[in-house]
Amino acid sequence: MSPIRHHILSVLVENKAGVLARVAGLFARRGYNIFSLAVAPTDDETLSRITIVVDVESAPLEQIINQLDKLINVVEITELHPAEAREAELLLVTVAADADARAPLIQLCGVFGGRIVDVGKDALTIMLAGDPGVLDDFEELMKPYGIVELQRTGRVALPRLASAALRS
Amino acid sequence: MQLTGAQALIRSLEHEGVEVVFGLPGGAILPVYDPIIDSSLRHILVRHEQGAGHAAEGYAQVTGRPGVAMVTSGPGATNIVTPLADAYMDSVPLVVISGQVPTAAIGSDAFQECDTTGITMGVTKHNWLITSAEDIPRVIREAFHVATTGRPGPVLVDIPKDISNSMMDWYWPESIEMRGYSPASDPDPSAIAAAVELILSAARPVLYVGGGVLKSRAAAALAALVEATGIPVVTTLMARGAFPDSHPLCLGMPGMHGNYTAVTAMQEADLLVALGSRFDDRVTGKASAFAPKAKVIHVDIDPAEIGKVRRPDVGIVADCRLAIEALVAGVGERSSEAAAAERSEQLRPWLAQITEWQERFPLYYETSDESGRLKPQFVVEALRDATPDDTIVVSGVGQHQMWASQYWRFEHPYTWVNSGGLGTMGYAVPAAIGAKVGRPDKLVWAIDGDGCFQMTAQELVTATSERIPIKVAILNNAYLGMVRQWQHMFYEERYSEVYLSPDLPDYVMWAEAMGCVGLRVDSPDEVHSAIEKAGSIDDRPVVIDFRTDSMEQVYPMVAAGTSNSDIIVHPSQAKAEAKAEAKAGRP
Repeated sequence: MSPIRHHILSVLVENKAGVLARVAGLFARRGYNIFSLAVAPTDDETLSRITIVVDVESAPLEQIINQLDKLINVVEITELHPAEAREAELLLVTVAADADARAPLIQLCGVFGGRIVDVGKDALTIMLAGDPGVLDDFEELMKPYGIVELQRTGRVALPRLASAALRS
Repeated sequence: MQLTGAQALIRSLEHEGVEVVFGLPGGAILPVYDPIIDSSLRHILVRHEQGAGHAAEGYAQVTGRPGVAMVTSGPGATNIVTPLADAYMDSVPLVVISGQVPTAAIGSDAFQECDTTGITMGVTKHNWLITSAEDIPRVIREAFHVATTGRPGPVLVDIPKDISNSMMDWYWPESIEMRGYSPASDPDPSAIAAAVELILSAARPVLYVGGGVLKSRAAAALAALVEATGIPVVTTLMARGAFPDSHPLCLGMPGMHGNYTAVTAMQEADLLVALGSRFDDRVTGKASAFAPKAKVIHVDIDPAEIGKVRRPDVGIVADCRLAIEALVAGVGERSSEAAAAERSEQLRPWLAQITEWQERFPLYYETSDESGRLKPQFVVEALRDATPDDTIVVSGVGQHQMWASQYWRFEHPYTWVNSGGLGTMGYAVPAAIGAKVGRPDKLVWAIDGDGCFQMTAQELVTATSERIPIKVAILNNAYLGMVRQWQHMFYEERYSEVYLSPDLPDYVMWAEAMGCVGLRVDSPDEVHSAIEKAGSIDDRPVVIDFRTDSMEQVYPMVAAGTSNSDIIVHPSQAKAEAKAEAKAGRP
């Protein structure tokens, strides 16, 4: 994923029924592409945070933000440029692991700081959290072993402290 | 005080100052209809929910107050989706109350159930599904607030039947707290200063006035701005009447069927001051070729409109009236007698050029030929000349709409009601009913097409039974005329499915069956007497079936997707122009 084509929008919304549908519906009807999306409650129970990675080739970012801001349940939108954000994502992968593959897989998992969360007769399930780019690399490395199932959460992000400090 | 949810809903509408509700009851909304009997509301029973929505729009367009419509669940709600979409496109404040199946039945495919809030999400500014009777006063207050503030628009409140029937402790919220909603209002002074600078230095400026000027009730401010700057004005389809057509600096309507001068002045301008207008494709033609030499000042209350189509040199997010007043003040501070004289000298060549265009390419149609065929433009002109200049004109969508906008002379704001953005055929009859209910003191004429009329004519039954004496002029050319025009121009005259017949239905008999007076006009010499007769009837609606020339086309025209510089004028004007050019030895 090239950092230029994608931007991260951290959208604080009221925690009400149908809000995600409003946000997703806006993207659909205006022809904006969502690259990934993560939703979760915040420390304030009346609010949720939607982290959207948008493909800015589908529309100018400014227009996407302005349209999103018109949604009544959207409280605040923060734009995070990938270079100025700490991003994280979680990956769960079940990989085929016969006796020969098991040792190198465990080793790779250790190198990446992942955790083996399930062990079957001929498969392992590994959990890895971290930078989405690192997850991409890990995913590539798993492929030759035979990915049985793979699930990623979509990224969440916060502004980088160092660059925020430099700016101010 | 304990009230049912239904009683609380009606009481909330009364608290919002609602006087008129357009609607049609059904199962899920039944509880809400009961307290209407004891309320101060006037309920107008329409014959189709689409009629309720458009009537509420017409009411809102002429009064500036939100239109209110009430429908039942399922098909009642889906039938009002078109008016919601129409109001969303044209920024009309509309509050629609819809019944919903009982809470416990939601999601079970119950009788007359549909996902109303889901369906209307994309065509409302916001919508609410009420889940507790306690929420009703708050939600109604929020609904009116959202519909009428910022960029106005339609909202919908969906209320399940069990919520209407359950009890609540009545209260009326003193304030509104919506943390995700804070519409802009005051203009940024530095942007105003930058705009004033551009305005004072422009040599070929045009004020590009859109519907936002009417929505913000800024017609007087606009007149002051024209007075202060001497800049000519175009009024878009949504802004007709915002500036009087009789004013020497009014160039009329721009766009696909705008007049040559309005279109060309924008195209040649060095500054466009866009006031509550949104660079709609029907105005700009091919956007990349639109007004190529112009700097742009764009005033809009909706931040998402700034830069959506055209990146402005100065963007001002503000209420249009406040922004225009600030521009007037800014220009005033900078002007002295000497500066004003210099300024008028600066604009002189531009105004002279505009006059030259106006003389060379006025709006033009060939008057009745030997065959004596009745020209639709002639009907519009005759109607215009026979009625007071504060007459409210309501139109549907198509050729008749363009002729009405072109040939009527709009002198006052809020005298022109039509479906602009969505282009909703069938808008005229119900919207005219709403307009007449809102302004019973005014004469209301619908100028409709035969295709449009057939879509919603049943609302004339509503008009007759509710004693709403609107008048309808059908420009009956026996065709879906605008589609026919495109097939004529772009499909080698291969007319596919556009013929309607002039006398099926018999419009006079149909009108009479609905309790109206029906009149028919076949030739130009019957026009005046028919209009006079219609004018003498004020106890019921009147419908005149004008049998107009089927072959007539709307000119000028900018073909879709082409540049405004390639405007097509009336063929005989083009011929005369070619002749003159040949004579002058120009290529």
